[in-house]
Amino acid sequence: MAALDQPLDIAADLAGPAAARRPGGLRASRRRRLNLFRWVVFAIFGLFFLVPLLSMVRFSLEGTTPGSWSFSAWTQIVSYPGPPPLLSAIEITLELAGITSVVMLLLVVPTMIWIKLRAQWFSRIMEFLCLLPLTIPAIVLVVGLAPIYNRIERYNTSALMLFFAYVILALPYAYRALAAGLNAVDATTLSEAARSLGARWITVMFRIIVPNMWQAILNALLLTVALVLGEFTVAYLLTFVNLQVNLFEISRSTTNAGVLFSASAATLLFAFILLLILSYAGRRLRRGRP
Amino acid sequence: MAAATAAEAGAPRVSAARRPPLAWVGTVPFLAYTGVFLLLPTGIVIWNAFKANTGSWTLANISALNTGPVRSAFKGSLELCVISSLIGAIFGAILAYAVASGSPDGMIRRLYLAGSGVLAQFGGVTLAFAFLAAIGPAGFLIHASWYSNFPLGIGLIYCYFQIPLMVLVFLPAIDGLRIQWREAAESLGGSTWHYWRYVGGPLLAPAFSGATLLLFANALSAFATIQAWEDQINYVVPQSIGASFISEVGLANAHQGDALALGMIVMVVIVMTGYVLLQRRAARWQR
Amino acid sequence: MSSPMTSTASGVTRTAVEVRMEGLSRRYGSVVALDNLDLTVQPGELIALLGPSGCGKTTTLRLLAGLEDADRGRIDVAGRDITRLPASKRDMGMVFQAYSLFPHMTVKENVAFGLRLRKISPAKRDQRALEMLDLVELVAQAGRYPHQISGGQQQRVALARALAIEPQVLLLDEPLSALDAKVRAQLRDQIRRIQLEVGITTLFVTHDQEEALAIADRVGVMQAGRLEQLASPTEVYSRPATPFVAEFVGLSNRLAGTVIGSVVTVRGHDLPLVDTSIPAGAVTAIVRPEAVTMASDDSGEAGPMTGTVIASTFLGATSRVTVDLGDTTVMAQLPTSEAATLSAGSRVTLTIRPDPVLVSADSAVASEE
Repeated sequence: MAALDQPLDIAADLAGPAAARRPGGLRASRRRRLNLFRWVVFAIFGLFFLVPLLSMVRFSLEGTTPGSWSFSAWTQIVSYPGPPPLLSAIEITLELAGITSVVMLLLVVPTMIWIKLRAQWFSRIMEFLCLLPLTIPAIVLVVGLAPIYNRIERYNTSALMLFFAYVILALPYAYRALAAGLNAVDATTLSEAARSLGARWITVMFRIIVPNMWQAILNALLLTVALVLGEFTVAYLLTFVNLQVNLFEISRSTTNAGVLFSASAATLLFAFILLLILSYAGRRLRRGRP
Repeated sequence: MAAATAAEAGAPRVSAARRPPLAWVGTVPFLAYTGVFLLLPTGIVIWNAFKANTGSWTLANISALNTGPVRSAFKGSLELCVISSLIGAIFGAILAYAVASGSPDGMIRRLYLAGSGVLAQFGGVTLAFAFLAAIGPAGFLIHASWYSNFPLGIGLIYCYFQIPLMVLVFLPAIDGLRIQWREAAESLGGSTWHYWRYVGGPLLAPAFSGATLLLFANALSAFATIQAWEDQINYVVPQSIGASFISEVGLANAHQGDALALGMIVMVVIVMTGYVLLQRRAARWQR
Repeated sequence: MSSPMTSTASGVTRTAVEVRMEGLSRRYGSVVALDNLDLTVQPGELIALLGPSGCGKTTTLRLLAGLEDADRGRIDVAGRDITRLPASKRDMGMVFQAYSLFPHMTVKENVAFGLRLRKISPAKRDQRALEMLDLVELVAQAGRYPHQISGGQQQRVALARALAIEPQVLLLDEPLSALDAKVRAQLRDQIRRIQLEVGITTLFVTHDQEEALAIADRVGVMQAGRLEQLASPTEVYSRPATPFVAEFVGLSNRLAGTVIGSVVTVRGHDLPLVDTSIPAGAVTAIVRPEAVTMASDDSGEAGPMTGTVIASTFLGATSRVTVDLGDTTVMAQLPTSEAATLSAGSRVTLTIRPDPVLVSADSAVASEE
């Protein structure tokens, strides 16, 4: 056989005859090397991702003297005076999350189903529009939104009006999740079957298609809520106060205020719990079906 | 259009006279909404970029982009984006490979997917706080002197969301490497090195480059994190835009912010086009 | 041991080699994939490993290729122990079931890949690649990419690529399974023709018995990690060594019978036994459909071999007719001209030709397909 050099398979050469004599031979030793590599990688990256989180949690549990432990930062979440009080910013943000999710779902889901069943030519356009916010990021969008919000503020100055913009920001993520879910449902066949049995379009949409998309809808919901909880740019530049803006303001006045870390940790915990609930609910919905 | 014919072929038989107008109706709410809150603002930005305080057309806003502070903001954006996207891409690719080479149903992959859903939105202001807690002046881990360094300190912080994004985007490409290719290369006499040099590498290259571009665009658009990290200096273009907003003092050009935003749009469009083209090239080989 | 010398298309003489596998065993966790397999492939021979999924045929191939490690056992090629050799050093050409062509290289580049690894000059690489493409009749596609050619053409390119490096052994892992029926038959014959022309020792894995019988010098029927029978196609078909082989290769009828002495009595017929050492008693006899003949029955009498035609399946030159005998169903394979006169519902009488039959004791009625 013609000479074959394997200059960079050094480890195999080093392992050499010893590896060959080991039960399982060369492939098993290669597998072992790969697993070692994987665990090292996971350890290093795990540390990189965990350390800031753990530091944040530790800071949130620190008392007045460094090294002490205290829950005061956490109780401050509800009591921090502001102005405006942190608690009200939290409330507003949660309400915003709810409103945004509902509006987004009502806007997107029926449209997607409609397109799939009756106007397929539009799907390219919808995809383009839903992914456009990735190219027109929030910092750019807010510049153009400012005059529009000037108009809106004539009617209602509440920060809840932010939902108009948030739905747009959530579109790329929600659309992708919903599209994946809708594609998994054979919508055309199901709708034709239902229609042949006499169902109206509304029935088809809400009683046939949507129930089969629960997983994707919950997914989109989670992504939207997470987005709203973490949104800063649009609120800040339009001079509204939401959770993130409030935290930002606090950080400008007191750099190491414990409540910054406890509120951040709480938000993360909330998102995580939401994820658990939604994935648990998703599994139960699936199991419930025959 | 082919799609239209397909839609017509697939749609249930309704009386022809009623079908076409009805089909439009379903798209109206969505079109109206995105029209007002997405397309209109974009249009406003582009329109205003060319308008002077007096309301007449001008290119002054655009040419003002070339002046000192703005130019340094563009330079800063470029530096930060290049660093965070390159580092994010390389380390993200390594992590993606580690995840991909495990079992498809394994705990690691599921854990990762679950975690990334949450971590993906843990960005912005809270991310800056977390790093402040870890390596800031009163840092829990250490006080890293380079924490407040631009672009290294903030670049590291950006990697916190760049790496998961890379894994998310690049993992499918690694999954798409069929095991038969590896085995065929081996049986033809190729070592691991040969496989990556002639087969794996070339096949992953478009996806890798595309993903790097996506990371670049992502870093370019980020505002909250760097603003929370340091809001007194406008290091990057988003901060300049933010400054043009908040500024109480009348700017020489009232629509400077629009021009900056337009500049950003142009940059992002260029990068995203590159991304889409590379994705398409990579997809050609995944049947 | 004789080593046939044969010429390749390019006029180079090669010496075919013997492949000997001894005591090969492999398990995955608690599943035994291979149980102490002994198999020797003669120089220049094509052995087809046949069996249902999970029988160990693919494992055998992959152990031979070096893509898996054996737990125990030894593999010799041309007298040399290669058991511990990595796959990249084994000098074997392998054709996979599908998707093995490198998608970013043209057909010609794919074929030349192995040569490139061996540092052969570009000019010589090109020449050899084109020779190989000529062998599989695909020179016209040399500049195309894999996704631009059909599945059958892709497999031919894979074959050319495997042969380009002039390997000692050719391994084919169900190369036709992913193709359409018509392409499968054509390609099968082409592969055999090329294998004979090149004279290379070959191991061919398949689950399709027709394929195995058509192209192999010897067929190895495997089940649950063991080799049930290794013999020529005719032998495996007409003198199956075990009930599993009889079931798996060709169709069979299972009829109750009694062994008395050296014959087995099946529904009034005395049939000779393949294995005369079977003790007397109740057994299940395995009767091939082509051993059953049929005539229309106007007598109106009932008997152990009279029944009604349930169905008739047209297979081209022959037809398979299923007859209900009351307590069991029997398949017969007849020339279509005969079967045409016996439509569903007609009463017929069956006769079994006295070919030697295989029997199994009643308790061992196991294999499901």
